[in-house]
This record gives sequence, C-alpha cells and structure tokens, in this order.
Amino acid sequence: MHQFKLAEDPSSSELHVERASVSIGRVQIVQDVSFHAHAGEFVAIIGPSGSGKTTLLKAMTGELSYSGSIRLAGMETGKLSAEYLAQMRGVLPQASQISFPLNVSEVVGLGVIDRRQGRDGRARRIRDALAKVGLHGFEGRSYQELSGGEQQRVQLARVLCQVWEPVADDGNPRWLFLDEPVSSLDIKHQYQIMQLAAGYAAAGGGVVAVMHDLNLTAAFADRILVMKGGKRLSFGGRDEVMQADLLSEAYDFPLALTRSGESDVPLVVPGGGSVR
Amino acid sequence: MTGIALPDLFARRFVSSGGNREPLARAALVLLAVVAGLTMLVSLAIGPIAIPVLELLPHMPGRVLAASAGAPEGVSARDWIVVTEIRLPRVVLGALVGAALAVAGAVMQGLFRNPLADPGIVGVSAGAGLGAALFIVLGNTALASVMAILGIYAVPLAAFIGGLITTLLLYRIGTRGGITSVATLLLAGIALGALTGAMTGLLVYAADDQQLRDLQFWGLGSLAGSNWEKVASAAPIIGVMLVSVPFLARGLNGLTLGEAAASHIGIRVQRLKNISILLVAAATGASVAVSGGIGFVGIVVPHLLRLTIGPDHKYLLPASALLGAILLIAADTLARTIVAPAELPIGIITAFAGAPFFLWILLRKRGLTGL
Ligand SMILES: Nc1ncnc2c1ncn2[C@@H]1O[C@H](COP(=O)(O)OP(=O)(O)O)[C@@H](O)[C@H]1O
Ligand SMILES: [Mg+2]
Repeated sequence: MHQFKLAEDPSSSELHVERASVSIGRVQIVQDVSFHAHAGEFVAIIGPSGSGKTTLLKAMTGELSYSGSIRLAGMETGKLSAEYLAQMRGVLPQASQISFPLNVSEVVGLGVIDRRQGRDGRARRIRDALAKVGLHGFEGRSYQELSGGEQQRVQLARVLCQVWEPVADDGNPRWLFLDEPVSSLDIKHQYQIMQLAAGYAAAGGGVVAVMHDLNLTAAFADRILVMKGGKRLSFGGRDEVMQADLLSEAYDFPLALTRSGESDVPLVVPGGGSVR
Repeated sequence: MTGIALPDLFARRFVSSGGNREPLARAALVLLAVVAGLTMLVSLAIGPIAIPVLELLPHMPGRVLAASAGAPEGVSARDWIVVTEIRLPRVVLGALVGAALAVAGAVMQGLFRNPLADPGIVGVSAGAGLGAALFIVLGNTALASVMAILGIYAVPLAAFIGGLITTLLLYRIGTRGGITSVATLLLAGIALGALTGAMTGLLVYAADDQQLRDLQFWGLGSLAGSNWEKVASAAPIIGVMLVSVPFLARGLNGLTLGEAAASHIGIRVQRLKNISILLVAAATGASVAVSGGIGFVGIVVPHLLRLTIGPDHKYLLPASALLGAILLIAADTLARTIVAPAELPIGIITAFAGAPFFLWILLRKRGLTGL
C-alpha cells in the first residue's frame, strides 16, 4: 500500500504548486500559477470573481486535472487515489446541495471516514464538530430546511470530521481546502469560523482558503495569493500583499488601507489608491 | 405537506435525541422481515382452494431446496400440489421480483441523485422487455442456436443486455457534470421507452399466437405462469444483486453530496457508478424476463421508506428489498383473487396504486424546487 514519507522530510509538510495551468474544455482558466504553502500556515487566495480561485482550488484537491505540478506532501495530487487523498485533506466546496433529505448528523457523519471509530466515537465526533462550528444541538434538524449560513457550517463540520486531527498519527500534517468558508455567514460566525481555521493551522495543519472578504483575510491569513484573470498577480506574506496599489490593481477599483485603534491589522476601504 | 405529516411525526417521535435514526431503522427492518413472512403465508393460504398452510409449512423447505416431488405423509396430495407447484413458486418469484424492483429503484435514485428515477419510468424496463421479446419470438428460429447454449438463462440475459444499453444511454443523455435534470431524464426515458416499445411492436409481426399472448404479458406485467424454472432463472441474478447491494451503501450515501464531494471523502465514484448501473440493469432484466413490466414498485417503496426511516442507504436498501417483496406479494394475491376465477395482470394493480403516488411526488418536488 501507500507509504507516507517520513515526517522529517520537509516536503512532507508542504503544498507545492509549480506552473499549474487548468483548462476546462478548450478554455484555459488558470495559467502558470506557482506558490507554496507550509502546514502551520493559513494561506488565503483572493482576487475578483471569475479570477480562477475556485478552479485553482479544485485542481489542488484532485477534482480537476491540471498541467504543471501540484504536490502535497511531496506527491503529485493528480496521481493519488480518492481514498488516499481523503486521509490527508478535507475539502469544503463553494456550494453544497444534497439530493435526499438527510438530517444534520447524517450529513456530518459522512465525514467520519475513520473506520476505527465505533458507534459512540462517531456520535461524539459529530457532536463535537457541530459544537465547533456553533451548531450545538442541530443533530436532528433537516439539512434542507436550514439557512444557507447554517448549511455552510454543517458542511464545514463534515469536513472537520474527516481530518479531525491537524496532524495525523504518523506525524504528517493534514490539510483543509476551503472555498469561501465564511461568505454567507454573519459577522459573529465569520470570526468564529476564521478562528477555527486559524486554530487548525496553529495546531500544525495546513489551511488554504479562498476568501471573499479582504478584512477577514488581513486579520487571519499568514500568506496571501492574489489571482487576477487566471494568473497569479502576487504571492507573499500578509504585509507584503496588503498594499493599497496592489489590491487596487487586483480588483480594478481604488482601495486604501487604514488602521483602527492600536490594532496592527489593516482595514481595506474604498477610495484613495490609484487604479493602474 | 399533510401527506408526509404522519410518517414524519412518527420518525421525529421515535428519534428523540441526537438525530440518530438508526435505532428506528433497525426496528423497521425487523418489523418488515416479520411482515414479509406473514404476507407469504397468507398468500399461500388464499385462493380458490383454501390451504392449511401452517400444517404444510414444515415440509416446504425440503421442496424448495431438494425439489422432492410427492406429498409427505398425512398431507392431501391436492393441497400439496397446489401449494408447492403453483402457489409457492409464485410467492417466491413475487418476493424476488418485488425485492429486485424496489432495490433497483433505490439504487438508481441514489445514482441519479433523483427520487423520480426508476427503471420502469425512465425506460430501462422497456429496453429489457425488448431484449426478452427478441428471444420469446425468435428463440425457436433465428436465435435458436443462442437459445440452445443459454437455456433458461437466455431470456433473462437478453433482458439484462437490453436494460444495460438503455441505462447507459440514459446516463449519457440525462447527466451533465454529475447532475441529472429531472426533466431531461424523464423526457429521455419517454423517448427511449417509445423507441424500444416500437421495436418490440415490430416483433409482433414475427410472432405466432402463443408468442403473441406471451408478448402481451410484457406490456402489463404478471406473475401468472410462475414455476420453479422461472425462479431458477431469476434467482441467481437477483440474489447476486441483493447480496452485493449493501456494499454500495456508503458510496450512495456519499453521492448525496454530489460527485465531487463524494470523491473528496474517498469514494471511488466512477467504480461506484459502473457497479450500480450493472446491478440495476441485471436486476431489472431478470425481473422483466420473468414477470414483464411491473411498474412503480421502485418509486413507491424507497420513497415511503425515506419518509419513515430516512435516506441512509445502509438501511434503505435492505428495507426496500423487504417492503418491495411484501407489496408485490400482496398485490399479486389481490390480482389473482379479486376477479376470480379470472386474473388481473399485477401490473395494473401496481399502476393504479403507483401512478397517483408518482404524481404526488412530482407535484411536491415541483413545489420545493421548481423542477
Ligand atoms: N465548468 C466551467 N466551464 C467553463 N468555464 C468555467 C467553468 N468553471 C468556471 N469557469 C470560468 O472560469 C473562470 C474562473 O472561475 P472560478 O474559478 O469559479 O472563479 P472564482 O472562484 O475566482 O470566482 C470564470 O470566468 C468562469 O466563468
Ligand atoms: Mg469561486
């Protein structure tokens, strides 16, 4: 069977994307994107709608085929089996519809792929995951009757169940790939979920999240990839990327940065910067 | 919404905490198994001749397993013949066909992610019927050599191939990026059903009188003429399906999230789809070969069960097998007693009960999603 690389091997805790391109049909949607991420970091992908963020994420999670190279823990993701990938990373899609009237605990339970969990362990894992996303006591509710924000959090709980420990038994980190995890949440739950994701990274896991909200990105991301027109516009640490002219260029809209109070987190506001 | 209030309420009562419907589902399986046994006994007892079934019961396993003819001591020879050569094979065949149709419906609905997918409605049964009709009509002439090799399995096998081709075509036509549109699926099913129906119609010209009568039975569906040979031809195929279907449960559950998300949690989606399609076509083929076009079992049974025990395939699939068997045996008992000494084709009864039910699901679903 598969052999995990030893944990000391530095590549085993990295995501390496090198000159990755993705085409759907004949149209090339992502072109020549390179960046790398370490487990233990929260990496945000930002950029205007249609800039290829979701498409790039789908290539990283094994859903779309790509040219170039995308290596997770040193292995080309396009060559890994669904079962193997499922052990090392969880994926929160941008939108999730289910086809039959499952209740919340049944949806979350689909994420418990660890066969060693007994019936009780399973129920406990489901309950804990729901508590983490602020949905304590929702187990018996019908998924289809929840609000969009609640559904999104149920899906996140499902993903958390799948990669519960940020670091696997063999010492290898696990990864969360999240597509706009907080875009339909209210402000309290946005912060709650962002803290949860940042905590996952702080505990040694890897987090790659497509982000819509620049202020949340500034508050939580360690490194940021900026996409525009299917290409990488910039990649770097938070302070490198959170620059008025760079963001203005990315979004084709004048943006400025301010700071509120003693906080060292910049706030992005309209106006001021020049549009190139 | 009033229609679902009762089972829903029942389910909510039973599941007081934790949203865990499994205890309810397990209890339902036990209940269904008991009811299935009782239904079989009642069906054996009822008919033009009343049979003291309980007295004969201890002797029956021997007949089924060893094919030993002759009445055991102390049993009226007439009763014995009626039960073992007429009613028992019919009940066994009804149970097999009912289980196969219901499970095929449940699997197909999981695969197409659509509660209205059913081998009968989307034309798979019609495709299987064409395969079977080919051998019924041409089995003694053009296809005699194939018939000689395959024996009693020729008709089920041809029905399987006809069903398989139709399922593959449907999947090609009705599914885009893992998502099936209800409208496309149903319309494609109508078109394919009409096409295969027309081809079956052509065979009428090549058929003699006996074959014509046999063909007519396809259109309506009937368990009349059940015998042990038919049981033997269908049982291996349906048996394989019923045994392998539990292994699909996790995959079909994952598929409720969509193909991409199912793959993300480690399900090999392509393999799952291939196996499901094969099993649906095989079970539909075997059922159609021995009983013609009995409709709606595959729609009604899984839908009723989802409303009561929930959509978890781990329980839905075995419960569908049991409830399918129960309903089909009950409908068949009705079919052969309601206008006695004549007989109604059972397909008429399942259609009378099932078609309004289908419309009800359709209207309810349209209310929710606009189709
Ligand atoms: N399945 C598809 N077929 C054709 N074009 C697509 C498909 N998916 C996405 N696109 C196109 O690719 C571009 C990038 O899409 P996406 O990656 O979803 O952007 P983002 O997530 O950054 O908003 C868009 O122009 C979109 O229209
Ligand atoms: Mg997107």
